[in-house]
Amino acid sequence: MTTIAETAPARSSGAVRAGDGARPHSLGLLAVAGLLWLGVAALVLAWPDTQELERTGTLGGIALVLAAGLLSAALAGRFSERAASIGRAAPWLVALALAIAAWEIVTAKLDLLPLPFFPSPQAFVEVYTDDWRRLGDSLLNSVLLLARGFVIGAAVGFAIGVALGWSPRVGYWIHPIMRVVGPLPATAWLPLAFFIFPTSGSASTFLIALATAFPLIVLTWSGVASVSTSYYDVARTLGASPRFLILKVAIPAALPHVFVGLFMGLGSSFAVLVVAEMLGVKSGLGWYLQWAQGWAAYANMYGALLVMALMCSTLITLLFRLRDRLLAWQKGLVKW
Amino acid sequence: MVALATRPAATEPTVGTALDVRHVDHGFVLHGDYLPVLEDVSFQAAPGEFVALLGPSGCGKSTLLRLVAGLDQPRSGQLLVDGETVAGPDPSRVVVFQDPTLYPWRTVWRNASLGLETRGLLKHHKQRVDDALELVGLEKFARAFPHQLSGGMAQRASLARALVNDPRLLILDEPLGKLDSLTRLAMQGELTRLWQARGFTVLMVTHDVEEALLLANRVLVFSDRPARLRADLAVPLDFPRHRDHPELLRLRREALGLLGMAQDW
Repeated sequence: MTTIAETAPARSSGAVRAGDGARPHSLGLLAVAGLLWLGVAALVLAWPDTQELERTGTLGGIALVLAAGLLSAALAGRFSERAASIGRAAPWLVALALAIAAWEIVTAKLDLLPLPFFPSPQAFVEVYTDDWRRLGDSLLNSVLLLARGFVIGAAVGFAIGVALGWSPRVGYWIHPIMRVVGPLPATAWLPLAFFIFPTSGSASTFLIALATAFPLIVLTWSGVASVSTSYYDVARTLGASPRFLILKVAIPAALPHVFVGLFMGLGSSFAVLVVAEMLGVKSGLGWYLQWAQGWAAYANMYGALLVMALMCSTLITLLFRLRDRLLAWQKGLVKW
Repeated sequence: MVALATRPAATEPTVGTALDVRHVDHGFVLHGDYLPVLEDVSFQAAPGEFVALLGPSGCGKSTLLRLVAGLDQPRSGQLLVDGETVAGPDPSRVVVFQDPTLYPWRTVWRNASLGLETRGLLKHHKQRVDDALELVGLEKFARAFPHQLSGGMAQRASLARALVNDPRLLILDEPLGKLDSLTRLAMQGELTRLWQARGFTVLMVTHDVEEALLLANRVLVFSDRPARLRADLAVPLDFPRHRDHPELLRLRREALGLLGMAQDW
């Protein structure tokens, strides 16, 4: 009885703290952020550029829209919870307005920083307004390649990890191979893979799968191997078959480890993706980075880097969402 | 198995199994040396009898329970349940361990339904899970996860997990050992009630002399490792029993004497 009552408030305390306490203050700050963004818009539009730039109007427009949105949120926040919840981001919005203003002044307005290494904010905007087709295409190709490699690597790695943890005979054969070959970074296989596989796409898929599989094998294996024998005893006295012991006892008990492995595998798959795209594949964000650098189009490079960061972050977020769903029974999960 | 399939509800009385343990020897090899744990253990339990195994901590009683459950095979000797040799685990002989060992990823309900799920009976017998949870007073916590339960509730959930299978032999390995004294008293009462209502045979390991005498028809006293049977005490008292009944106090002195504690009491 008491344990449930005691743990419930402790688990939701984060949400409680973020709600009411910070609200009135951050509404004021939200208005400040709106005014600052209005200032950014005025700065961009009213002060003539020193550099030769095309998208100054667009940048000013974005700042204006943002300012209008923030100011109306600050007003609506008195009545609407949802509008008020934007208030949590107010300090960041203030900082961003100041940073963009400073960046705009030293690049577009005063031309203090050398080009092409330090493009102005509107040059950054221009990358997305003018080159979105190529950038979007690259993003799509990267995601598809990554998904193919990651899914194959995760499936194979998981299966091998479970087999290693479960069966000593499988362990006898796989363990030495894995110990010797596993720690080799997947990128070391790159020249060989591009030589063996018919296309650079299949070679990259293989390398990404390899990079994903190794951490997953090790962690799934240790997860299955560390399942308490008393869990098996309980199931066996209740008439469980070996199949039940693997699918319904070993695997669920090992899932927390498996997710650590997936997280690590996803991280190393990003690294391999970028390297493979820079060296062999003729599309994708890694290729775009290389291509932009070749043209000294630094604004495009930064733009692609931002897209790549958002892609990686989103994928990790999705992985953590999935974990939170499947491991809802676990206490004290790491937040992402 | 047949009885399980035809029995509609879990509340009807069950017929307990007869247990016959004959000259069982068992031990482990530890760092190359053989360590005897059980030496020539023989005893019988009649259907529906409540037999307590009493002995010093670590003497090998739990090993004996694992043999009866079929989790391990004895080095020599025979274990017969209803005249048949125990070849492996069977859902008619359910173990309740000292730790509740609930699966943390399953709710209380899904933990309790485990035995039906392993045998593919769950679909048509969901009511039995509800009944068992109600029996141990956990019906309101069916959807809670184990980490949300107190120690006593977790142990009750593991008892429900055993009872769902309609066991004919209930094997209890110090199931109350880690509970606080009040919960323990309450659960002792519940155990007696369940046993009387269901009629299964119970084999319970404990190192609590009073608990053994309160619950069991017979108390088997074991020596320190390797465990040998020292005495077979009948407890001819009606239920519910009173802790301060003179016969119970006399038996308690006798049992403690057999365990080498006579002087201290």
